[in-house]
Amino acid sequence: MVSEVKAISGRGISLVGDDIDTDRIIPARFLRCVTFDGLGEHVFADDRTALKGEHAFDQPQYQGAKVLVVNRNFGCGSSREHAPQAIAKWGIQALVGESFAEIFFGNCVAMGIPCVTADSTIIKQLQEIIVANPQASVTVNLETMQVQCGDFSASISIGEGAKNMFVSGTWDACGQLVAHADQIQATAAKLPYLSWNQVGVS
Amino acid sequence: MRRLKTGSSMSKGTLFDKVWELHTVSTLPSGQTQLLIGLHLIHEVTSPQAFAMLRERGLKVLFPERTVATVDHIVPTTNQARPFADTLAEEMMQALEQNCQENGITFHNIGSGNQGIVHVIAPEQGLTQPGMTIACGDSHTSTHGAFGAIAFGIGTSQVRDVLASQTLALSKLKVRKIEVNGILKPGVYAKDVILHIIRTLGVKGGVGYAYEYAGTTFEQMNMEERMTVCNMSIEGGARCGYINPDQVTYQYLKGKDFAPKGADWEKAVAWWESIKSDADAEYDDVVVFDAAEIPPTVTWGITPGQGIGVNQLVPSAEQLAEEDRQIAQEAYIYMDLAPGQPIQGTKVDVCFIGSCTNGRISDLREAAKVAKGRQVAEGVKAFVVPGSERVKQQAEAEGLDKIFEAAGFEWREPGCSMCLAMNPDKLQGQQLSASSSNRNFKGRQGSASGRTLLMSPAMVAAAAVKGEVFDVRELLN
Ligand code: SF4
Repeated sequence: MVSEVKAISGRGISLVGDDIDTDRIIPARFLRCVTFDGLGEHVFADDRTALKGEHAFDQPQYQGAKVLVVNRNFGCGSSREHAPQAIAKWGIQALVGESFAEIFFGNCVAMGIPCVTADSTIIKQLQEIIVANPQASVTVNLETMQVQCGDFSASISIGEGAKNMFVSGTWDACGQLVAHADQIQATAAKLPYLSWNQVGVS
Repeated sequence: MRRLKTGSSMSKGTLFDKVWELHTVSTLPSGQTQLLIGLHLIHEVTSPQAFAMLRERGLKVLFPERTVATVDHIVPTTNQARPFADTLAEEMMQALEQNCQENGITFHNIGSGNQGIVHVIAPEQGLTQPGMTIACGDSHTSTHGAFGAIAFGIGTSQVRDVLASQTLALSKLKVRKIEVNGILKPGVYAKDVILHIIRTLGVKGGVGYAYEYAGTTFEQMNMEERMTVCNMSIEGGARCGYINPDQVTYQYLKGKDFAPKGADWEKAVAWWESIKSDADAEYDDVVVFDAAEIPPTVTWGITPGQGIGVNQLVPSAEQLAEEDRQIAQEAYIYMDLAPGQPIQGTKVDVCFIGSCTNGRISDLREAAKVAKGRQVAEGVKAFVVPGSERVKQQAEAEGLDKIFEAAGFEWREPGCSMCLAMNPDKLQGQQLSASSSNRNFKGRQGSASGRTLLMSPAMVAAAAVKGEVFDVRELLN
C-alpha cells in the first residue's frame, strides 16, 4: 500500500491566482457523497462553468497533466480532503506553488501527493513556460529538490519531515501509528482527564 | 497594532508546549510527533470515507469511547423527517448511523436533544475541556481552543488515523501571542475582534502558528465570545487558536454533562491551572492590539481578510499591500463593488444568523435585541438557524423565536445551513448575503455567483431591518 515518492514527471498545468480556496476547488454541493470516487470531474466546477471551456482544466492541451503549478496560499479554507482528492482524481500527482494552506498540505501528504514551494519569480517563470509549451514534461524531484522543465531548472522546498516521508515511502502514517499500541496506551494512562471525562456510550 | 518581537527560537512554557508534551506518544522516523488525541469529533461529511479506509485495511476503532458523532452539515432546517428529500444526504446520514452503531460510537442524532453543529454541541455538553487535544474532520475545530484545548481540523485520511490509533502524525507549530487589551466599544463584538485581527495579520499570516489570544479584552469575554474568536483562527491561516483557561472557563464548565464531578472537580481545576502558559513563557511572535480601535467590521471581498470598518470605503488597490492587489481586483469584479464605494448602504438580499461562529444563545440574544420591535425590510429574506437543539430550546424558553418571527425572520431547525449550503438553504444567482458565518469565498453560500458579507449577528440583524449594510451602533440605545 505504501510506496516511495521520489520524482514525479509529466506535463504541467498552470492555475494563476492567490488564495484559491477549497470551496472553489470542490464546491460544497459535491461533498454530498460517501466515497471520493467521481470527484475528479467536478474539480473547480464553478470556475470552469464561469469560464465556459477556457479554464485550464478544460483546455485540451492540459488534459493528462500531472504537475499543477499554483500561486500563494493555495487550498485555504476547509479541511475537506475532497479538495485534494478531486485534484488527484483528475490526474495531478504533484503541486508546485508559492505557498499552501496547512491542512491542505497535510491532506496531500497523507495521500502521497507532494506540495513543494518555490519563490514567486520561479513560479511565474514556470507558469509561463507551461503555457508556452504545454507538451513539455515537468519533473519535480524530491531527492535533488529541483523542478525542471526543458532547459529550465530551479530549487524547490518542502519541510524536512514531509520530504523524508515521501522519499522513504512512509507518507502513509497509519501503519506506523497503529504499530505503537503500547506507547499509545501508556500516554493515555498518564492523562488525568480520561477518567473524569467519560464520553463513550453508556 | 504593535509588533513586540519576532522570531525567537523554540517557545517555552506555553499552554501549547505543555499540552503537546503531555500528549506526545513517540517521535516518528520522519521527525514528526505522534500525538495522542484526547477527544475525536466526527460528522457525516468527512467520516464515511475514513471508515471505508479503515475497513479496507482491516483495522478497528481503537478508542471508540473517545469519539463522539453528530450530524450537522447536510441536515435540512425546515423539514427534518426521514428519509431526507435529498437522497444523497440521506445516504450520508445512513452511513454515519451505521458506522457509529458498528463501532460503538456515541451519536447525537436529530431529535436526541443534543444534536447540532459539532463545534456547538461539544462545548455545551462539557465534552470540550482545558488541556485536551481535540481533532475533527472540520477546519473550525479551532473553536474548542476557547477552553485552553489544542484543537485542530484534519482531513479524512487523518480521521482514519485517529480512528485506528487515536493519534496523529504532526509537526509542531510555533506560537504567536495575540494580545488585545481594553474594553470594546458598544456595538463591537467578538466577531469584530477576530475579523480585525485577520484583516491586519492576513489570511495566511497564521500558517505554521498556533494563535494564543491573551490580554484583558479576552479575559472579559464570556466563553461563547471566546469561541467566536478561536473559531476563525483558521481563517487567519492558523490551524489552532486558544485562550488560557480561567475562572470564566471553570464557571462555564461546572455542572455540564461531561464536566468532572465531586472530588474530580478539584483535581481537574488544579490540573487545568497547571497547564496554563507561564507568565515568563517565550513566544515565537507577539502582536498587540488596542480594543478601542476596533470598529464593527464587515468583509467586502472574497476572503475573510478583506474586511473594513462599517464606516469605511471599499479600499482601492493602491491602498493595499502589493501582494493583496490581485485578489482585490478579483473581488471587485465578483462582488460587484467598486473601490472607494462605502460599504454601508450596500443593499442585501438574504440575512443569515447562525453557524459555529455565531449560532450560540448569546449571539441570538444580541441579534434579537436589534430585531425586537422592528421589521425585516421588504424583499429581504432573513432567517435564524440555532447552532444546536439545546440552543434552540433555550432561545424558545426566552421567547427569542417569537421576537424574530414577529420581526419577519424565519425560525429554523439547528444545523450548518447556509454557512456552506450543503442542505437546501442556498443563495440564488448573484444574491448578496449578510452572514454571521465565517467564510465569504466565491460560491460559499450555495450559488456559484452568490456574494457574502461577513459580520456580527447584531450587524446581520441591523442589515435585515434596514435592507442594507448598516452600522448597528445607530440601532442600539
Ligand atoms: S457551521 Fe459552517 S463552518 Fe461551522 S462546521 Fe458547519 S459548515 Fe463548517
